[in-house]
Amino acid sequence: MKKIKTPLTEPVRTKLKCGQEVLLSGTIYTARDEAHKKLTGLIKRKEKLPFNLKDAVIYYSGPTPVRQDGLFGSCGPTTSSRMDEFTPILLNKGLGAMIGKGRRLNGVRNLIKKQKAVYFLTIGGAGAYLAKRIKSSGVLAFKKLGPEAIYKLEVKDFPLIVGIDSNGRSVYK
Amino acid sequence: MRKINVDKIKNIVSELCIEANISLRRDIYKAIVKALKKETNKRARRILGILLENARIARRESRALCQDTGIVCVYLQIGQDVKLVGGDLRKSIDSGVEEGYKKGALRKSVVASPLVRVNTGTNTPSIIYTEIVKGDKLKITVMPKGFGSENKSKLVMLNPTQGEKDITSFILEAVKEAGPDGCPPYILGIGLGGTFDKASYLAKKGLISPIDRQNAKKHLRKLESSILKEVNKLGIGPMGLGGKTTCLGVNILEYPTHIAGLPVAVNVGCHITRSASRMI
Repeated sequence: MKKIKTPLTEPVRTKLKCGQEVLLSGTIYTARDEAHKKLTGLIKRKEKLPFNLKDAVIYYSGPTPVRQDGLFGSCGPTTSSRMDEFTPILLNKGLGAMIGKGRRLNGVRNLIKKQKAVYFLTIGGAGAYLAKRIKSSGVLAFKKLGPEAIYKLEVKDFPLIVGIDSNGRSVYK
Repeated sequence: MRKINVDKIKNIVSELCIEANISLRRDIYKAIVKALKKETNKRARRILGILLENARIARRESRALCQDTGIVCVYLQIGQDVKLVGGDLRKSIDSGVEEGYKKGALRKSVVASPLVRVNTGTNTPSIIYTEIVKGDKLKITVMPKGFGSENKSKLVMLNPTQGEKDITSFILEAVKEAGPDGCPPYILGIGLGGTFDKASYLAKKGLISPIDRQNAKKHLRKLESSILKEVNKLGIGPMGLGGKTTCLGVNILEYPTHIAGLPVAVNVGCHITRSASRMI
């Protein structure tokens, strides 16, 4: 299986084909509903973001608390479509890739094509399995949000399927 | 009159919260194994294999099956000869939930108000249903319900002259709409009859029943198997990426209803639909 590493720059992204299975290693950032609301708010007010969006990978996930080993017990994807209304603003700021589960709006798909970004799927309801591929984690921003905070994660061989490729082709009809 | 101390209930609720979240129900594990044997789509087979591995890791390492450890629904069947002593029942249930979610390092996913969305930090309050039954026993069932699938649930008030065909097409539409988003293969709890609220209540109770149990009512048994067959023809498959395995099981509960109506509710459950029970 093809292995890829962050940063997922445009030349890396454009080689990925819809439906392809890959293993990702490197740095990714969690963000779900509330974090998206806050990030897009910061962008609208032209304030500083907690991390550079250029070529970044956002993982739609709200993990369980860290355990004694300092790592999450369970960390799988949440439903991506809830982020659709915020995604265009992030893509326009250079966001490289998103990881989640399920379908996206056509508007998001078109913008993924325009920005040569990529949308990955990972396995919903397999949080224990996926958490074992996360090697380190720490809160980066919005700590008060608890599970909805932004966490910076280092992942190793995180299993992904290309859901929408940089040509805007979707694995879902 | 048999006395049961609410502290005992608290401890059991705490244990059941952890058990339900880390241990995939045996009936569901078996259904995935069975589906894997029948599945011909290569990718679907691979995903089903990972789901089984996820269940084994979760149990072995006491990890939550899914990071969405849900909002907790608690069902109490209280024997009419039971007297609850030692304190406030609701408080003891909620402190059991709080303790279980803390001990088990489970995610706290409850906000105090649907509009003022502040996390309560304890995964409480829980949603409590009580039922008075004969005898002097108390049965506690804990169901942590995740919202990926909950968001896909639906209700319709059909006309009394409609029937199985309309119920089936309503369910099929709901599953199509859920598509890949709510973590298929799904478990479907279906409630028929009663009132607007009773139908939803029954649908959720349908998710608690084991999916390999035989419905005592023949007409429901028939409808369950025909809906299961039709849903699996949709080809949605695990992760929505195709295959024969779209639904692992259907449970229908019914209740008498009014001459003017036919309420139908479907509560969508994901492939790790959770519940755990204990009898005192």
